[in-house]
Amino acid sequence: MAILEILTYPDERLKQLAEPVTVFDQALHSFLRDLEETMRAGPGGVGIAAPQVGRFQRIALVDCSVTRKPVPNHGLLVLINPEISEWEGMTVGREGCMSVPDYTGNVIRAERIRLQAFDADGVQHEYQCEGFEARALQHECDHLDGMLFLDRLVSRRNDLFRRKVYQK
Amino acid sequence: MKHWYMLTLVGKDRSGIVAHISAALFDGGCNLGEASMMRLGGNFSIMMMVEFDGTSHALQQMVAPVAESMGLHLHLDRIAAQLHQHLEPDLRITVYGADKAGIVARITGALAEAGLHILEMETSVAGSVEQPIYIMQIEGHAAEGLAALQSALDVVAQKGVEAHLEAIDTMIG
Ligand SMILES: [Zn+2]
Repeated sequence: MAILEILTYPDERLKQLAEPVTVFDQALHSFLRDLEETMRAGPGGVGIAAPQVGRFQRIALVDCSVTRKPVPNHGLLVLINPEISEWEGMTVGREGCMSVPDYTGNVIRAERIRLQAFDADGVQHEYQCEGFEARALQHECDHLDGMLFLDRLVSRRNDLFRRKVYQK
Repeated sequence: MKHWYMLTLVGKDRSGIVAHISAALFDGGCNLGEASMMRLGGNFSIMMMVEFDGTSHALQQMVAPVAESMGLHLHLDRIAAQLHQHLEPDLRITVYGADKAGIVARITGALAEAGLHILEMETSVAGSVEQPIYIMQIEGHAAEGLAALQSALDVVAQKGVEAHLEAIDTMIG
């Protein structure tokens, strides 16, 4: 087990497209253990994607069972070649990223998603997620496509308030 | 020796002010830090962190002609500045209602007593001349928890004033 080094922007490699996983072997299992250890070492981190540690494969982990305030979650999710197939609703929330130190910003994400992904043994699963966990999954899937939350920032100011008033 | 300065410019708004000022600062060898520009009541205002290898006087002399050419008042302070040490807000408060004298003082006073550290605040007067509406947005940090702030808000938010507090749960991934 090892804590892997996190790439931080402006490292251009964070903007590249990750390749699908085709081999589900011991090396993958071993990498997943290191990736999980790295995620848990980051303060407050609930997700991590392989490109953040310089491995450009479609692999991510999310664990929203450890948040300060409890949220609906599926525990530790191992996401290999994940595909989001359905998006529903929109919500603004605050995000930060281990690859973008000292900054958080507001991002619009789908409120609920349906997602298919393979696990470490190559078995496909389907998940329905909402809220904070859905946000984390969308953030991690973005990393696999070379996207950062910085690419999706919305205004810190007015959007939130207007949205709230209209919903009343 | 490089120092940080806080440059404040205020005046009548017109297009191109930010571009003009930042070009002048860049040409003068300055480095820009964080900045916030706002239009308040139709007035242009900006505060910007400027890093400059020289005295306050030299910086003043560099910026003054540009500011003057655009009809802007200029104020300069040498500051002790820190970058890369943002404090993250953990709550957001929105208050709105009919414009009433003393609303900001009353609400922020009660919140400060209940442990609120304001990190960002913006207030606006919207509506019409006949019926102005007051809107305040605050992001901050709750030193004594959200419940204490909620109780304080419940007490000070009177009839005709809406006040909402929500947690900001930042997703780090
Ligand atoms: Zn991230």
